[in-house]
Amino acid sequence: MRGATHARWAVCATAAALAATACGGGGDGGDSGGGDGSGIVSSSWGDPQNPLEPANTNEVQGGKVLDMVFRGLKRYDAETGEAKDMLAEKIETSDSQNFTVTVKDGWTFSNGEAVTAKSFVDAWNYGASLKNNQKNAYFFGYIDGYDKVHPEDGGKQTADTLSGLKVTGDRTFTIKLNQKFSTFPDTLGYAAFAPLPKAFFDDHAAWLKKPVGNGPYAVDSYAKGSVMKLRTWDDYPGDDKAENGGVDLKVYTDNNTAYTDLMAGNLDLVDDVPASQLKNAKSDLGDRYINTPAGIIQTLAFPFYDKNWGKDGMEKVRTGLSMAIDRKQITETIFQKTRTPATDWTSPVLGEDGGFKEGLCGDACEYDPKKAKQLIEDGGGLPGGQVKISYNADTGSHKEWVDAVCNSINNALGNDKACVGNPVGTFADFRNQITQSKMSGPFRAGWQMDYPLIQNFLQPLYYTNASSNDGKWSSKEFDTLVDKANAETDQAKAVDLFQQAEEVLRDDMGAIPLWYQNGSAGYSDRISDVALNPFSLPVYNEIKVS
Amino acid sequence: MGRYVIRRLLQMIPVFIGATLLIFLMVNVMGDPIAGLCGDRQCDPATATQLRKEFGLDKPVWQQYATYMGNVFTGDFGTAFNGQEVTELMSSAFPVTVRLTIVAVLFEVVIGITLGVVTGLRRGRPVDTGVLLVTLVVISVPTFVTGLLLQLLLGVKWGWISPSVSSEAPFDELIVPGLVLASVSLAYVTRLTRTSIAENRRADYVRTAVAKGLPRRRVITRHLLRNSLIPVVTFIGTDIGALMGGAIVTERIFNIHGVGFQLYQGILRQNTQTVVGFVTVLVLVFLVANLLVDLLYAVLDPRIRYA
Repeated sequence: MRGATHARWAVCATAAALAATACGGGGDGGDSGGGDGSGIVSSSWGDPQNPLEPANTNEVQGGKVLDMVFRGLKRYDAETGEAKDMLAEKIETSDSQNFTVTVKDGWTFSNGEAVTAKSFVDAWNYGASLKNNQKNAYFFGYIDGYDKVHPEDGGKQTADTLSGLKVTGDRTFTIKLNQKFSTFPDTLGYAAFAPLPKAFFDDHAAWLKKPVGNGPYAVDSYAKGSVMKLRTWDDYPGDDKAENGGVDLKVYTDNNTAYTDLMAGNLDLVDDVPASQLKNAKSDLGDRYINTPAGIIQTLAFPFYDKNWGKDGMEKVRTGLSMAIDRKQITETIFQKTRTPATDWTSPVLGEDGGFKEGLCGDACEYDPKKAKQLIEDGGGLPGGQVKISYNADTGSHKEWVDAVCNSINNALGNDKACVGNPVGTFADFRNQITQSKMSGPFRAGWQMDYPLIQNFLQPLYYTNASSNDGKWSSKEFDTLVDKANAETDQAKAVDLFQQAEEVLRDDMGAIPLWYQNGSAGYSDRISDVALNPFSLPVYNEIKVS
Repeated sequence: MGRYVIRRLLQMIPVFIGATLLIFLMVNVMGDPIAGLCGDRQCDPATATQLRKEFGLDKPVWQQYATYMGNVFTGDFGTAFNGQEVTELMSSAFPVTVRLTIVAVLFEVVIGITLGVVTGLRRGRPVDTGVLLVTLVVISVPTFVTGLLLQLLLGVKWGWISPSVSSEAPFDELIVPGLVLASVSLAYVTRLTRTSIAENRRADYVRTAVAKGLPRRRVITRHLLRNSLIPVVTFIGTDIGALMGGAIVTERIFNIHGVGFQLYQGILRQNTQTVVGFVTVLVLVFLVANLLVDLLYAVLDPRIRYA
């Protein structure tokens, strides 16, 4: 096997200094298993941050498990991201507000219990209810009666169940929304909308120790914080049966160690190649390194609550800053092409029909230092003569690119103090400063889509007072267009309206789009058919073990 | 002796309270941890309030501390954000780290003291100079370099060991990580023993022992070593606490799910309960280790007595 070439040089140099160890030769790794579909895939994992409940998991590590253990009404195609019926036989509506759902026959949970309409309604009611502390509760916010079970103002909860959900038969239930939302059925592939078995409600603690779902894998054993063993569920009724015998998710505290383990043949799949190894991954792994677009966009948000940044005329400065960033160079040198320069506010994984429009940002996202300088001067210059880009320094190697962005801005403006990075110690502290509106300059904002819809890239982020509108940008025109788009039943027309809204966002430069993020993964020669879906999760059930 | 131990145990109480209070305040200064739980988006205010209430974060700090300490004395160390009891985290993490520490201390004692005695007795000879040089290099190279280096050489290139430790972390997998963890202290132990031996070799009691015609072996082990070990024992004793708490780097490199891992994650997630719980136990380990060291003095040197 090929070793880590670059790392080896460093090691040799250090080793020579230490004890003059000779360098050369290569280790031999990799054990082989049977090719009968019973081989076990070992994969890197991180300790989930929250309890593993569908409506309580909002990060990728917990999402990984839910994706294997659960199947919802819809499922997003691993390649195209299109929402396809999974457990849903049909979802009907005549007015984009009242939906009738029919659940397919013959589905059960891995403990034998049938999946019925009630499994869904109970699960959603649990997820929405304030007293259950579910962090994804707001996903149910479109359903009628949400304000009663989850009063936003901190008032007392006056109902336990959503009045908009009614079980009308063994396999049918109706959903009433509190507003028109034509693409609502397409959101139902999100993990929070998964059905839950009775066991979840009867013995919650036991369920958390060993989650039971209706997906192609069942949890065999779970040692919290170290390893989860998932095994193929033989009686799985769906047509996306697992092609392998199971998956062992091993917790790694440092993705560098996971990568080293992959190199040594100790691990089959690393779905988070460390930034420092991106340079070597291609030569280390060859075609066993994959780098595919994911539904993630990185932007710079502005504090519109700060009068320096929110006042009229500042859109010129914001556009100027956007034009002062050499996206192409940064994505190539720092990210080794695992990011693509952004030219709109969505993601390529949506596809043309889904609303991705390359070049929508136009000149405003093209690197043009002269014009950038001009625009910033026209807009009255940088507030206080300097921009400070805030980011959290604890995870995600943000320092490198923030410094590069600043460098690019400084070069464009011919002033080496025009932009500096402003690291914040921990992610929690960073989020605190944002939620308490304490930012005084642009800050890092990242968005990973929940479901592949253009709505998900715009409404939660830029609609007035939306849950992730961190910069508190607000535009009546934008809001009206989004409302209209949501009410539109024709998909093409809806997408067109969303893109009009995006143009409003562009003209005011409500946030600077930086780049689209790819998912990257490396795998051992033991396994094949490895792919990442648009959520940058490995498609485990398709992996074959040789 | 008994009274001395009791006095020392009583002294631990203020140290213990002070240390936990400090840690508690430090973690608190970092700000509200709830905001970090919802990823790159704002927690909806109602859920955030509810969570704050559940973790007791809505109360003033002194009250949080009082409640926490009250619970600790009944054996309840609280719950981590992922819903696990901190005691459960401890019961999985501490055995692993204890094993790692045992391996490390064994390396220090066996290799460190042996090298120290050998070099101390052959001062100025090539062996002495060579070992001194090696220890100098080991001390000056940071642990993470030694760790990554050994991991790459032994784990990836030569394939002698697995680069990461499995979740059960048995003793045999911990040999290399233990050596890495012990490396710097090992070098110190060697140097400390060497100096101590070299110094005492010219002491009157050694000359007397030699003059009495005792065999060389007996002179070294019974007279010279026993008296020379006092500073070394102090060092190793305090090092036990340092090794347990300071294994964060080593544990990360070799993916060992011990105390360092839990502490690191606790700090990143600003999980007061986890951090304070683990540090509290570490403080206790430190205090007890120190007490044991002081008691060992009396065993090694009968002239030292505790009233």
